[in-house]
Amino acid sequence: MADWYTNFANSGFGTTITKQLGLPRPAVLRRYEPGQPLLPGPVVIGSAGQGRLRDTVSAVLKDAGVTVLSPVTADGSTDGEKLGAVVLDATGLSSPGDLASAHDFLAPAIKRLRPSGRVLILADPPQAADSPAQAAARQAIDGLVRSIGKELLNGSTANAVYVPEGAEASVASPLKFFLSGRSAYVDGQLLTLSPADVPTGEDAEKPLAGKVAVVTGAARGIGAAIAQVMARDGAHVVAVDIPAAGDSLAKVANEIGGTALQLDITASDAPQRLVEHLRERHHAGVGPGVDIVVHNAGITRDKLLVNMDAARWNSVMAVNLQAQLDITQALLDDGDVLNDGARIVCVSSQSGIAGNRGQTNYAASKAGVIGMVRAWAPQFAERNATINAVAPGFIITEMTAKMPLGTREVGSRINSLQQGGLPVDVAETIAWLSQPGSAGVNGQTVRVCGQSMLGA
Amino acid sequence: MASNSKPATRKAAIVGGNRIPFARSNSTYGQASNQDMLTATIDGLVARFGLQGEQVGEVVAGAVLKHARDFNLTRESVLGSRLDASTPAYDVQQACGTGLEAAILVANKIALGQIESGIAGGVDTTSDAPLAVGDDLRRILISLNSAKTLQDRLKAIARIRPGMIAPEIPRNAEPRTGLAMGEHAQLTAHEWEIGREEQDELTVRSHQNMAAAYERGFFDDLVTPFLGLTRDQNLRPDSSLEKLAKLKPVFGRALPDGAEGTMTAGNSTPLTDGASAVLLASDEWAAEQGLPVLAHLVDAQTAAVDYVHGGEGLLMAPVYAVPKMLARNGLTLQDFDFYEIHEAFASTVLATMKAWEDPAYCKEKLGLDAPLGSIDRSKLNVYGSSLAAGHPFAATGGRIVASLAKTLHQAGPGKRGLISICAAGGQGVVAILES
Repeated sequence: MADWYTNFANSGFGTTITKQLGLPRPAVLRRYEPGQPLLPGPVVIGSAGQGRLRDTVSAVLKDAGVTVLSPVTADGSTDGEKLGAVVLDATGLSSPGDLASAHDFLAPAIKRLRPSGRVLILADPPQAADSPAQAAARQAIDGLVRSIGKELLNGSTANAVYVPEGAEASVASPLKFFLSGRSAYVDGQLLTLSPADVPTGEDAEKPLAGKVAVVTGAARGIGAAIAQVMARDGAHVVAVDIPAAGDSLAKVANEIGGTALQLDITASDAPQRLVEHLRERHHAGVGPGVDIVVHNAGITRDKLLVNMDAARWNSVMAVNLQAQLDITQALLDDGDVLNDGARIVCVSSQSGIAGNRGQTNYAASKAGVIGMVRAWAPQFAERNATINAVAPGFIITEMTAKMPLGTREVGSRINSLQQGGLPVDVAETIAWLSQPGSAGVNGQTVRVCGQSMLGA
Repeated sequence: MASNSKPATRKAAIVGGNRIPFARSNSTYGQASNQDMLTATIDGLVARFGLQGEQVGEVVAGAVLKHARDFNLTRESVLGSRLDASTPAYDVQQACGTGLEAAILVANKIALGQIESGIAGGVDTTSDAPLAVGDDLRRILISLNSAKTLQDRLKAIARIRPGMIAPEIPRNAEPRTGLAMGEHAQLTAHEWEIGREEQDELTVRSHQNMAAAYERGFFDDLVTPFLGLTRDQNLRPDSSLEKLAKLKPVFGRALPDGAEGTMTAGNSTPLTDGASAVLLASDEWAAEQGLPVLAHLVDAQTAAVDYVHGGEGLLMAPVYAVPKMLARNGLTLQDFDFYEIHEAFASTVLATMKAWEDPAYCKEKLGLDAPLGSIDRSKLNVYGSSLAAGHPFAATGGRIVASLAKTLHQAGPGKRGLISICAAGGQGVVAILES
C-alpha cells in the first residue's frame, strides 16, 4: 500500500541508511480496516480551562470500547502504558495564562504516544470570544496544534476541533474520526462544529447502511476509492463517470455491488438527466431518495496563465466547479430526490488553498469549491443536511505516478507525515463526512494532506 | 382436467440494454473471443442495473460464427460474469436474426410466467473466426485419433497430402447458391430497380443520425466501452454523398450481362465484431428492483422465403413476416411512430419498402388486397442503423431492441415501434415494441 520509499525506510537496511543520512523516515500509517478497534491503546483526557466536554468525550470513547485513563501529572512522569491518543479539552479558556495547564498535560502525555498516535484538542471558536484575552487564548490553540503536528513522529497526528456553545452533541463523530485509522493522513487540521440535530445509534461497522450515495468521477483513482469505502460502510453507490470511462466504471460498480451511470456531468442537460435517473431508480426499491452526493470528478489542464487558452480555462471550470454548482442546485430544486439529512461532499484541492504554478484554472476552480460549500452551508443546515469540502494534498494515484521522480518525491515528502497519502485516505474522510452522525460538520473544508507545508 | 381457455399471458417489459461499441473486422477486437465480448457485455448490463450476484430467469444468446469449443457459449459467459452462477442459459442461432429471436424467446417465457426476468443477447466476431480443416484431412485426423497401434497411426499420417492443409475459412455466402449475401442483395436491388444514389442517401442519413445520437448522449446508457473503443468504429460522422459516390461497386457478378452493380463498401455493412444484451422482465420484477420499464415486446413473427428455387430475394423474408404480424394485431404499416429496418445493405431497406408499396407484389406474393403502403422516412432508423454502427450478425437484434425501447420511452407512453431484420437462409424476424 505505502510508497516505495516508505517501504524502504521501514526495512532493516533502509532504517540504518535513512537514519545515518538524516533522510526522511516516513512511518507506515495506521489505517482503518473493518473490525479494527477505534484505538490500539488507551486514551488520556486532560483539561485546560473550565473543560465542559470532558464527560462527553469520556462517555463517547468508553462507549466505543476505548480505555480512558486519568491524566498524567505535571511532574512529567512518562511511566505507564503507551497511549493510543491524547485528548485535551481546552474549552472554557479565559486567558493565555490558562494555556500553561495545556502544556503541563500535553508534554508528558505525548511522550507516551504509540506510533500513529493521535493528539486532539477541543476548544471554543476564537470568533465568539468575550474579550481580547479570551480570543487570544482560543486562537493560541491554532498555533499549538499545528506545531504539535510538526513535532510528532511515527505517523502520529494532531488536530483541533472548535466546539461552539450548543454544539456539544456534534463532538462524537469528529472525535471518533480523528482518533481512528480513518484519519490516517489528516493532520494539523482545525475543524469548527455547528449545533445540529445529531442522530445516534448508528452501526459503527456500517455507518452508511441503507444510504444511497452518488459518486462522480468514480471510474478510477480517488473516485473509485470513495465508491469502495462508501460501499464498505454500507451504502448503495451510484457510480458516475464520463461514457468514455464506462468500462472501468462498470468494473468499479460490479466490484462493490453498485450501479454505473455513464454521464458527462458538463453536458447542459446533465443535472436534469442525473435527477431523472435518480428519481427513476432510487425513489423506491433500493431506498427512496439520495442521501449522499460526492462531487469528485475533476480534471487538470495545466499551463502558465500567460500561455493558457480559453479551452483549458473553460473545461477545468466546467468540470471542477460549475458542474458541482449546477448538479447541487438541480438536486435542491427537485423536491423528490434529495433526502432531508443529505450529505454533500465536494472535492477541492490543496492547490485551491495554496495555489500552484501552472494551475491557475485548477486552483481557481478548487478555491471556488471552498467558497461554495461555505455559502451553501446555512441553507443545508435548515434541512438537517450538510455540505463540506475535502482538499486532498499529495495523493499517490496513477496521475502522480506519471510525474518526474524528483517532483514526485519532493511533493510527497513536504508534509509532517513525510509521505504521500493514498486515495483511501481521501475516501475515508469523505465517508466520515457522509455519516448521519456528522450532522454538526457543515460548511467546512477538511484537508487530507498529512499537514502539508503548502498553503498551511 | 384440461381447460380450453388460453393461459393468461402478459407482455414482457424491456428494462434496458447494453452493448460494446462495434469494431471493424480484424481491428480493435481482433484478439477478443466471442466469450470475451459477450461476458463484458453482460457485465456492463449487470453494472448498469445492479444485478451483481442476482439470478435472472434465463440468459439466451448466440453467435453466428462459432468455434466448436463454444458449444455452450452463453452459459460459459454467464459463469464468467457477475451474475449468480446459478443462472441458466442456452444458445440460439438464427443467422442475423439471432439477437432478436433471443429477445423473443425470453419475452415469451416471461409472457407465459415461466420466468420473471431474462437477458437476451448476441455476439459475433469475424476476426477471431473459427477455421475448419477440409473433410478429407478431418477424416484422417479422426482415424489417427482412434488408431490403436503405432502402425495404424503411421498409416493414417501417410495419407495426409500437402493440399489438405489449407483450412476452410467461413464465408459470408449462401451454401445452396454459392453466392455472397451481397450478390444476392444486388440481384434484388436490380430487380426492384434500386438506384445507387438512393442507397448512398440512406447510408449518409444512417451515419448522420447515429453521429447525432452519440452527440446528444443517446448511447450513454446503451453502450459500454470495450478495449479502448468508445464509439462504433465504422461510424463516419463526415460521410457524404460525394465521398460515397467515389466508391466502386463491389457486387454484381451474378447480374445479367450489361447490368452494373450499385452496391459499394459504403452502402453495404462491413464485417464487424461486437456484442449486445437486453434485460427483459415482468413489470412486477422491474418494479421490485426499482428498475424502469422502457417498452413492452408486444408481438413477433418470423418468415422464410425460397430464394433457391422460388424466385424470391434472399433478404425479402421480413416483407412477408410484417403483414402477418400486422393483421394479427389489427394494425396497418402506418400505425407506428418508429421503424427499425436493419440495414444489412441500403438496398435491402429500400427494396423492402418498395415491395410494401407495390400493389401487384402485395397482391401476388403477400396475398393482400391492397399494398401496405409507404413509411414516413423521418421515422425510419432515427438513431442510425447497421450501415453506421456495423453489423456483428447476432448482436444487431439486441442493439435495435434496446435503442428502440429507449426511443419509445423518451417519446412517451403509447408509442409503437416496428423492428424488421433479414437473415441468411432467406429468413426474417420482425417484432413490435410499445411504450
